[in-house]
Amino acid sequence: MQRREPGRADRRWYWLLLTPVVAMLWIPSYNRMEPSIAGVPFFYWYQFLWIALTSLVTFGVYLLAHSGGRD
Amino acid sequence: MVIWPAVAVFVALFAVVTVLGFLGPYWKRGDLDVLHEWALGGRQFGTLVAWFVIGGDLYTAFTYIAVPGFIYGNGAIGFYALPYTALAFPWVFVMAARFWTIAKNRGYITYADFVRDRYDSRSLTLAIAVTGIMATMPYIALQLVGIQVVIKTMGLGGTGIWRDVPLIMAFVILAAYTYRGGLRAPALVAFAKDILIYVTVIVATVVIASKLGGYAHIFAATGTALAARPNPSGLLLQPPAYSEYITLTVGSALAILMYPYYLTGLLSAASAKVIRRNAIALPIYSLLLALLATFGYMAIVAGIHPDTSNETVPQLFLHMFPAWFLGFTLAAIAIGALVPAAIMSIAAANLFTRNIYREFINPACSDRQEATNAKLTSLFVKFGALAFVLSLPMEYAINLQLFAGGWILQTLPTIVFGMYTRFFHRRALIVGWLIGLAIATYMPIHTFRTLGHFSSLYGLHVGSTVVTGFVGLYALGINLAVTTILTLVFDAMRIPRGADRTQPADYIEDTEKPIAA
Repeated sequence: MQRREPGRADRRWYWLLLTPVVAMLWIPSYNRMEPSIAGVPFFYWYQFLWIALTSLVTFGVYLLAHSGGRD
Repeated sequence: MVIWPAVAVFVALFAVVTVLGFLGPYWKRGDLDVLHEWALGGRQFGTLVAWFVIGGDLYTAFTYIAVPGFIYGNGAIGFYALPYTALAFPWVFVMAARFWTIAKNRGYITYADFVRDRYDSRSLTLAIAVTGIMATMPYIALQLVGIQVVIKTMGLGGTGIWRDVPLIMAFVILAAYTYRGGLRAPALVAFAKDILIYVTVIVATVVIASKLGGYAHIFAATGTALAARPNPSGLLLQPPAYSEYITLTVGSALAILMYPYYLTGLLSAASAKVIRRNAIALPIYSLLLALLATFGYMAIVAGIHPDTSNETVPQLFLHMFPAWFLGFTLAAIAIGALVPAAIMSIAAANLFTRNIYREFINPACSDRQEATNAKLTSLFVKFGALAFVLSLPMEYAINLQLFAGGWILQTLPTIVFGMYTRFFHRRALIVGWLIGLAIATYMPIHTFRTLGHFSSLYGLHVGSTVVTGFVGLYALGINLAVTTILTLVFDAMRIPRGADRTQPADYIEDTEKPIAA
């Protein structure tokens, strides 16, 4: 076990950033019309939702890897 | 016919922005005779200011008119601007924070500065610098195209020599305050730009969507209209288009970090932490872009028939809004062109000054000479782009931009891999870069010869099937393969690798360095 120096970021958490990448490159999972929301096809609202989710995942990684954002 | 109320609002907003631009030098004052003060605003922008600068840099006037225009013509494929976000900002989170750290520790302003120290190769440094300039110039020209479209929509411009006067005036003003204030000028203008753009997009989304009977109707009517076209497309991707969607997404996400003008914005941040926080907050611009993208569909439903696809959004606004608000929206687009055009000219000037002028022409130059050279180069670059746009048809700038994305990706092996490893041999990197560049240039030309139009998509024959994808990514794949093989060959031949002038400590953030005893 290697002991981390105080203040050193734990960059293993960065691998979580692949979540939005996999979700968005897996086109067959979202290339469809239904379920639609208020007439907006799934293809559109799902990708729109992932913009927000990408931001959230990145924020999570930031908190985890950089000790609560203190850096 | 000139729409005078629109012109009045437009000119008033433009005047406000001009004042802001000229206030640049007085904001967060620094010695503007030193390059990093002029070019990077002194590397001191906090999270909020950096967010405006980086966002203002990435989402240009051309984005605002080209994305909806592309979607108007091609349907679902144009929406790759959405998944692109999911790749681009995590990429920025990891890579840009790392490069910021290296650049801060070593005083770098360009990628080529890093390449010079890392690989000990002047030719590789020159290759990276020249590629950066080549890829930036078309984008400056495109910002001018954006302003031209706006001016045309207002009915301004007249005929003969008067046609281009408004554009020239706008650009002279831009050149003057960028010369004086450096990055501080576009940084201040970026605030005004974003307020205008956000108001425009939100109002347009609400007003136009309700005028057209709501999003449900817009999507339904668009689906019918796209399917009925002579060259049908639709609301969903056809399976053969998957490879296009994926390669465009991946290729453009990888490319953003490589653009010199994007780096200029990133390096203006005060710390790696500011960059990470921005990677979290920048997707807000993507939400805006997503709304904007749907304007392409609104234009279809509204029955707009623009002369060129780039006029789709201005024509939609012309059709939908009272004259005074049309002026507001067009000012948003035009001012949206000024911020990136300024930053792009600064970036090109940095590359020329640091990596060509100081490297090859005047190695003994003083700080003051260096800064002066950059200021003059920024003028030269802008007027070069202006001359290009005024003397050649609009399509030239647009076609050239298709090449730029492919070209800039070829610098990725040297820069991004270089941030982590010295595995690649400097000579292998040059050969790989050259071959990548040749392929990224050849493929669009080949498409032009066979299909009659330039495209950043290329149909690659794999056995009996054709896989259509983004040219830049194909070229990058071959580039990486060549570079890897040649690295092994050159090492076996014991060709010298050159000295690495960077130290392991240069790659570690200040907050992570062990406290010296």
